[in-house]
Amino acid sequence: MEAMEREGVKEVFGLPGGANLPMYDEFNRCDIRHILVRHEQSASHMADGYGRVSRRPGVCFATSGPGATNILTGIATAQADSAPMIAVTGQVPVNMIGKDAFQESDIMGMANPVVKYAFQPRTPQEVPVAVQKGFYIASTGRPGPVLIDIPKDVQTDKAEMCYVENFKIRGYHPWVEPDVTSIGRAIDTVIRADRPIILAGGGTIISSAFAELQALAEFLSIPVVTTFKGKGAFPENHALSLGPIGMHGHAEANKVISEADCVLAVGTRFSDRSVGTFDDFESRRSIIHMDIDPAEIGKNQTTNVAVIGDVKVTLRMMLAMLQERRIQITEGGEWVRHAQEMHKYWQENLKIHPGELSAARILRKLREVLPSESIVTTEVGQHQMWASLFFDVISPGTFFSSTGLGTMGWGFPAAIGAKVAKPDVPVVDIAGDGSFNMTENSLATSVLENIPVIVFLVNNYSLGMVAQWQRTFFKRRMVGVDQGQCPDYVKLAESYGAQGIRAHTIDELDAAIRAALKSDIATVIDIPIDPEEDVLPFVAPGTPLTKMILPS
Amino acid sequence: MVWAIFSILVENKPGILFAVTHLFRARNFNIDSIAVGVTENPTYSRMTITTFGDERQLEQIRKQLDKMIDTVDVRRLDDHKTVYRELAIFKIKIASAEDSMEVNKLINAFGAKAHDSRKESIMAELTTTPDQIRAFQELADRFGIIEMVRTGIAALQRSGS
Ligand SMILES: Cc1ncc(C[n+]2csc(CCOP(=O)(O)OP(=O)(O)O)c2C)c(N)n1
Repeated sequence: MEAMEREGVKEVFGLPGGANLPMYDEFNRCDIRHILVRHEQSASHMADGYGRVSRRPGVCFATSGPGATNILTGIATAQADSAPMIAVTGQVPVNMIGKDAFQESDIMGMANPVVKYAFQPRTPQEVPVAVQKGFYIASTGRPGPVLIDIPKDVQTDKAEMCYVENFKIRGYHPWVEPDVTSIGRAIDTVIRADRPIILAGGGTIISSAFAELQALAEFLSIPVVTTFKGKGAFPENHALSLGPIGMHGHAEANKVISEADCVLAVGTRFSDRSVGTFDDFESRRSIIHMDIDPAEIGKNQTTNVAVIGDVKVTLRMMLAMLQERRIQITEGGEWVRHAQEMHKYWQENLKIHPGELSAARILRKLREVLPSESIVTTEVGQHQMWASLFFDVISPGTFFSSTGLGTMGWGFPAAIGAKVAKPDVPVVDIAGDGSFNMTENSLATSVLENIPVIVFLVNNYSLGMVAQWQRTFFKRRMVGVDQGQCPDYVKLAESYGAQGIRAHTIDELDAAIRAALKSDIATVIDIPIDPEEDVLPFVAPGTPLTKMILPS
Repeated sequence: MVWAIFSILVENKPGILFAVTHLFRARNFNIDSIAVGVTENPTYSRMTITTFGDERQLEQIRKQLDKMIDTVDVRRLDDHKTVYRELAIFKIKIASAEDSMEVNKLINAFGAKAHDSRKESIMAELTTTPDQIRAFQELADRFGIIEMVRTGIAALQRSGS
């Protein structure tokens, strides 16, 4: 605990049990606030949300056995999205390990594939150093979750607190100085291109390279698309912004990137969901790839120029070199105008669902009422993709989602974690009913711990995204997607002592959002929508981005 | 598909072999052979892993191994500039005195060592390249191989390369 305080930890999300009781007892003696969850999975998502927003590792605690297995989903989610996190689990005493003791699980073995690193200190002396190194590993380089599994006797036995100064980890070199020659080649390639485009990924947000990205785009007058994880790396109301590409990307973004002859990719791993098919994506164009993780270079796409290093540093160097070479700020010719026309066309002509509470209308309403610095998380499903399509992120780095693992139930606890990290801004979880069901008991945490967030419940009483796939690919043979009219979300919210509001019209929704923003307790806004509404455009898996299914 | 030898210097601590082999499974790579042992510095172990793949895959394997925090040095060895050997032990059937002579000849021809020579069987210990082991195996097969074991390749790059 002392080691945690040294790392600046102020809050821990968790739930106690036999194997971490000695650790829990320390909360009585230190200044760290314990935030009690109702399921350990939520603790890990809260720590994740906290980590993404504050860019410092969020911390979650769980007991051994079932407590530890319950946080696995959260650890895997953080790993898939490179979020900094420290997960601390209790373990059975050292001499009981391997005996199938009560509540023993080999969490070290189970978590190994989904953590950035894992420690299991076997003596109390090792604990402070594991904490130090754990925070260092979780937050440097490409961030990720670190597990510290502490046997119960190691928690109770006493030892001198000893830390190490300026420690080195022999096999870990997170800081790579970007190579100047490669940046020079990147500049040459972009400048020579007729139709260059910037593809900003989640790495841009993690390294908060917003100003650099914008400066570069404006300097060279290059249109900007993002991946879904990179949504909000670039202000979506900017004249050069085309929005996210991908399976449910903006039509104009998918079209324009398909026409580009040079892609400057910043902090992205070229996920299959973003690029459609790898072969098609890399044909006919040069790809410049900037990433902090050398293993991402060439993993999914072959690249013409690669620059390894923190993208904020890389972009800064690139800007400096552009100025040194006295390259003129470009006006943006035919190509930029074309991109802008496409954007305008699709913003005006994409057919939206006709209902009063269509996805487009409700999300545009949310955007209109919500202050731009608010933080938005999402769950997983149609509502998530509608958020991508219809909710513009204005203030960079304020939009977060489980994009890699696609974990339903992530958004609400992550919103609570985000609110703990930034108590002064409104935090909204754009939710689907199915996802909300998975972690809705976090309402108790939100209410009792005074962490008010807003659940914007896009309610189709169904597992909508799966339903859409069954309608599209399985000839409407619907299985396992109907959720019934259950529960009543207004009553559910009220039963937790939260505020529940149902909105049947856009005006009611407007009032509900305003009421929620004023409220100092959590609010669930239940918005019943047409269960048959589809997310469109849609690029079917395994097809190139040009093959979009558009609304008819 | 090419054959490649990776030499991986790792922290000598529990779980590392699991982590490395798991990486191969999780990333859809194959392990052809693996050999592990402690080095001159007892805080390190060296793993030698051989595998098959196209250049892009092999480069991915190298990078993914390198990314692991407990790997300190990862190299793909050039087999022309490397000393690499594998140990194999065979238990071979002996049906007649003539067989016995033939098998002993084979053992000598390969520079192998004979052990546990009995009326019905003999053991041969062979330290050589995988090709030679396969060749020996083919020739020994006509007498009947009762059991065999291979250690996987251990390899070190020659100095100056
Ligand atoms: C934990 C988990 N289980 C299953 C899935 C598969 N899945 C993806 S979207 C989806 C439906 C989500 O329903 P809901 O939250 O109501 O959102 P909607 O699509 O209706 O907007 C499901 C089941 C998943 N992503 N995560």
